[in-house]
Formats: sequence, structure tokens, C-alpha cells
Amino acid sequence: MNSIDIQHVSKQYGSHVVLDAISISIPQQSIFGLLGPNGAGKTSLIRIITGITAPDSGTVLFRGEQFAEKHIGQIGYLPEERGLYKKMKVGEQLIYLARLKGLSKLEANKNMAYWVAKFAMEDWLQKPVESLSKGMQQKVQFVATIIHKPSLIILDEPFTGFDPLNANLLKDEILDLRAQGATIIFSTHRMESVEELCSDIAMINKARIVLEGATKHLRSMEQTNNYQLITSEKIEGNGIEFTVLQEQCKEGLWHYDLALGRLSSSELIAKLASNTTIYQFAAKVPTMNDLFIKALQH
Amino acid sequence: MVSLQKIFLIARREFLEKVRKRSFIVMTLLGPVFFAVLMIVPIWITGLNPGGEKRIAVVDDNTQLIFHMPESEMVEFLYLHTGIEAAKKLVKAGDYDGLLYIPEQDIDNPARITFFAEGNMSMSLQHDLEGKLNAEFEKLKLERAGIDPKLLENIKTKISVSTVNLTSEGGEEQKNNSASAGAGLGSAVLIYLFIFMYGIQVMRGVIEEKTNRIVEVIITSVKPVELMVGKISGIACVALTQFSLWILLSFAITSAVSTKFQVDRFADENLKETLSKTKSDQLEQALEMNKIVSAIDSLNIPFLIGVFAFYFLGGYLLYAALFAAIGSAVDNETDTQQFMLPVTVPLVLAFIFAQTIIRSPDGSLAFWLSIIPFTSPIIMMVRLPFGVHWYELALSMFVLVGTIALFSWLAARIYRIGILMYGKKPSFKEIGKWMSY
Repeated sequence: MNSIDIQHVSKQYGSHVVLDAISISIPQQSIFGLLGPNGAGKTSLIRIITGITAPDSGTVLFRGEQFAEKHIGQIGYLPEERGLYKKMKVGEQLIYLARLKGLSKLEANKNMAYWVAKFAMEDWLQKPVESLSKGMQQKVQFVATIIHKPSLIILDEPFTGFDPLNANLLKDEILDLRAQGATIIFSTHRMESVEELCSDIAMINKARIVLEGATKHLRSMEQTNNYQLITSEKIEGNGIEFTVLQEQCKEGLWHYDLALGRLSSSELIAKLASNTTIYQFAAKVPTMNDLFIKALQH
Repeated sequence: MVSLQKIFLIARREFLEKVRKRSFIVMTLLGPVFFAVLMIVPIWITGLNPGGEKRIAVVDDNTQLIFHMPESEMVEFLYLHTGIEAAKKLVKAGDYDGLLYIPEQDIDNPARITFFAEGNMSMSLQHDLEGKLNAEFEKLKLERAGIDPKLLENIKTKISVSTVNLTSEGGEEQKNNSASAGAGLGSAVLIYLFIFMYGIQVMRGVIEEKTNRIVEVIITSVKPVELMVGKISGIACVALTQFSLWILLSFAITSAVSTKFQVDRFADENLKETLSKTKSDQLEQALEMNKIVSAIDSLNIPFLIGVFAFYFLGGYLLYAALFAAIGSAVDNETDTQQFMLPVTVPLVLAFIFAQTIIRSPDGSLAFWLSIIPFTSPIIMMVRLPFGVHWYELALSMFVLVGTIALFSWLAARIYRIGILMYGKKPSFKEIGKWMSY
């Protein structure tokens, strides 16, 4: 069963179309990257998934059920623009936000105790948020997002503003939460964060989906016959067996971009190995960034 | 469906946050002190002998006219025949508190009367001396005209007309117009201040949540309308708490004060006895106090407080919804001005008209402004102490409640879009469009 099924969802504000008949399926326990340039419609789509706004047409299914109010408590949302009540004490704030999600006082306290112990936040609970450092506030914000144990966690540009230490911590927690059964949606325009974490992606541009699928699958689809090669000796391509696309000599080693012709990769290695030492031979895998730019150009 | 539990959670947070603030505690304590000061000062002054008795030297150059400055608790007059320069030296030496110099006078053109003192002359002393001199001149003129001053004293008459309302129930009700005017204007000022104070708190709160971006987190848990209603009702509870504390503390302070200054002795039933004990020059003040005390007694205080609570709450709810809508539409407080204007104009107008309506509380202007919901909370309170037909009151309340419902609904429609809009300041036209989304 999918965690979320978005079916033909459209939304427009006045004459401005922000989402144009979008359909996406987000598998359970996936880490799903919602990608696209700024202004593509990511935030609008997230607002529809979280129930903040209603679509003009189309439906959103939550675990196969029509999205309804009872699902609100199962979603945790970390908005791109972070915010907490600055003058409110950390402990009171976490309890308040958890209770708004429908937790009882007892549950809220229990869940808070777990995260407070995990992130060593005991000393902060009685302090107002504004007295904490930025890094501490980020942790509080993250805990506020997941304190009610949501089964769907939506993180909008989660790594912006996090220092490297907190970013790593966040990454580990995300993987941990997924292992415990949660589905995670990432919204970002920064591809490098997607590369490591996302199992599935959808790319939005100008209110439409331009690319969608499992990351592995998408990459292999875009796989070309190109290889990177580093050798000790200069080599010459002949255009039939292989073609040299690019040649560069760095610190006594030769770096090549090759396109294979008649030869397979193993045949090429065998052929070259007799004349030169091969330091590196690798298939050129497209990065998410390549896929993204290519998709945008189409 | 709106979740009452979530509204309660939001209201509770709002309430606790506000009442824990130092400014709330200070305001709550200072309010009644301020009211009490307003009450105490006049009472206090009546029993006050400012600065003790003054010894005043009088140098009178007149040979034709004889002045007998009457003495009182406040001043003692000592006539010197040393000449003005010698007398001045005595004042400087500290033998006297002051020197009243009356050069030779023409009875029809009194002039150049001078008071010498080391410090400044107090207002009350100047007032006292002028009054006494006036009386002396008048007396001399009467004598010159051959009229016995005692005869004139008997002719002097003082009439005060008491107002009695013929109530519809057939009874009669004693009214005191100045008390009604005071009570009416006082509660109008309070309502005006309360609506502004707490309405703007709602607006600030909305803007704060929006600029903090906490609103994005909150509205994944609650509906915008729940957030708005929770916030408005939380602050309403703050206002009611403050209001109740004010009333309690004011009662405590004023009853303590009345006991201390024995205000009861000025009540109608005790007045005769009090007057017999009062010195002649404080008679006027004692009568004045009696007026104030019986005026306060003539008002139906519990009824006024009840209706006040209704209009205060009603006016607040109506305007708070509008202020919340304004807060949601902008990103910061400086952008609010354009939208504040149409909202505050009726309030300010009502306040200005209140002064006119005090003079004719049953006119048609008074009637209509006390029905129109944007001005009724203030204007009805102005009219109420003078007596208002129950059906006018009922109509006014009914219209107010209906308008609150309508405008809260409209405000919620603006609010739910506004809190998610960032960046450019919207126009009135755009806000109009939001209502239809």
C-alpha cells in the first residue's frame, strides 16, 4: 500500500496555475524526494498533502483512504521557514504542539521525555526558545515535528540552516525513523542531499511532474555508454572500438572520458592493460543534478 | 467540524502567556489605584488643611475705608501700622508667612493690592484672599448704598432641581444627571480603551505567529478558524480577568477609603448630623460630597456592570475579528496602517459623538448610534445610565451579536488565506478576493 496517492490534483490561485493535474504515488517506508526549482509548486503540493489547503480538483489518498481530519495527527511537518514561539519555554512548547496534534498530556510528556533524553535537552526545558543557540533551536524544531510519532514526515528543505553536525544527526534520525516504519517526504532544490537518502523521487517544474520513479531505476535509465578512465600512458581512440571524448594530463596521469564503440567494457580493459597501467575505470553514472537539468531542458 | 478541545488548548496558551507577563500584572494593579486616586483626591482635599495656619501681616493705608478680613483655620490676619517697608523686613525675617498690602483704595476701582511672601503663594491661598477681599468690597459698597448686608444674606437662594424619571412600570426613579453623565462617559472611555488595547493584542499576536512562521506548523494541526477563535477567546479571557480584578480591587480600595474618610457621613440619612458638626467654610464642600455620594447611590451599579460586560465583550469580539483579519493580511505592523483606518474610524467617531450624546441621550443620533454595532458598545454605555427602553437595549444587543457572527465568519475567510501569504502587501481588492476562495 502506498503512504500517499495524489491523483490528478490541480490548484490555481486566480489565473495562476500552481499545480496542473499532478499524480504521484509515495510508497510506504520510502524516503521520497520532491524536487524542483523554487516556485515550481512544491510547497503548494505539500500544503495539499498536509491538509492546509484543499485542491481545486483531484484527490489525495492517505494509506488508501480519502484524506480526512483524522489523518492530521499522523503527519509531521517541518516547514522551510522554521518557527517557534520565541518567548515560550521549550518544554511547554513541545507539549503544546504535541497536544494540538491530539496527544493526551500523558502521551505528550512521555514522548517528550524520550526525545529530550536522546538529544540531551534536559537543561533547556525551562528556558525560553529565544535564549537557545540556533543549533539548539533546530533540534527543538525537529523534535516538535516528530514528537507525536507521525507515520508521514514531511521535511521542507530540511538541511538548509542546519550546521553539518546537526545535519548528520538529522540524517541518522531520518533513516532511523524510516526503519521504524515512517514514510518521509523531502522537498528540496538541492540535489546532493537527495542523492544519499532518497529511494524515490518526483520532479516538479512549472506545476507539472517532469520526472518520477525509484532513484536507482531513473539513474540506470539514463545510463549512457560513457566511461571515465585514468591511465599512466597516453592512449589513442580509433572511433570504431572506442572514441576519446575528452583528454587531460594531470600530475603525470592521463584522464579520459570515453564512449565505447564495438568493444565491451571488459574487452577494452583487456586491450588497454597490455600497454598501460589502469588506475581507474568507471561507468559514468548520471547525478541527480544531471537528471534534473536534463528533465528541465525537455 | 471545529474541535473545541483544540480551541481550548490555543486559548489556554494565549491566556497563560498573557497573564504571566509583567505588563499584565502591573496594569492590573495600577488600574484600580488610578481609579481610586480619582475618587480619593476630592475627598481628601475636603478634609485637608493645606500647610497649616498662615500668619499674614496686613498693611492697610486706607483711612476712609475699614477692612475686616475674616479669619479662618487657614489664615490669621495681623494688622501692622509700621509702614510697608518695615513690614516687608518682618516678613523676610520670618515673623510672618506673608504680607498683604492694601494701598489707598477707590471703592469703585479697587487696584494695586499686593501680596508679598518669601515663597510662592499657593493657589488656594490666593483664591482665599481674593474671595475675602471681594466680600469686603461688596460689603462696603452695600453699606454705602444703605443696604444691610444681613438682609442680602437672607435673600440669597440656592436651588438644586432633582430629576425624577417616570418609569414605564409606573414607579418613580430619582436620577442624578451629572452622575449619569459621569458613569456613561466613564464606561464609554473604558470600552473604547479595552477594545483598542485587546484588539491590537490580537492583531500583534497574529502578526507575530506569521512572522515567526510558527503558524505553518500550527495549521498542520488545527484549522485556521480554530486558531483564530482560540486566540480571540484566549485574549478575551485575559481581558475579563483583568476587568474582574479591577472591579474587585477597586471595590476593596474604595470601601477602605470610604471607611477611612467616613464617606457615609455624607449620605442623605446622615447629612444633617454631619452638617451640624461641619465648620461654616466647609459646608459647601460637605454638600458637594453629599451630591457625589447620593449620585453614586442613584445608579444601578450591578446592572451597569452587567451590561458593560456584555458590550465590552461584544465590542471586543467584533473588533478583534477584524484586527485578526488585518494581522493575517500583513507581514509586519507598519503595513497595518492602511487597513487599520477603516476599522478604527467608527470607534473614534463613536468616542467623539459620545460627548454630544451625553447632552441629549434620547435623541435620534443617540438611538441610531446605539443600534449600529460598530458604535453601539460605546454609545449604548453612554446612554444607559440615563435610562434606555428595554426593547432598544435588546435590539442593540441582538444586532451586535448578529454582526459578530457575520464578521467573524468573513474575518476567518480572510485569515485562513492571509496567514499563508507572504511578501507583498495585499490590496483591499485582493483581500476581497480571498473571501471568495
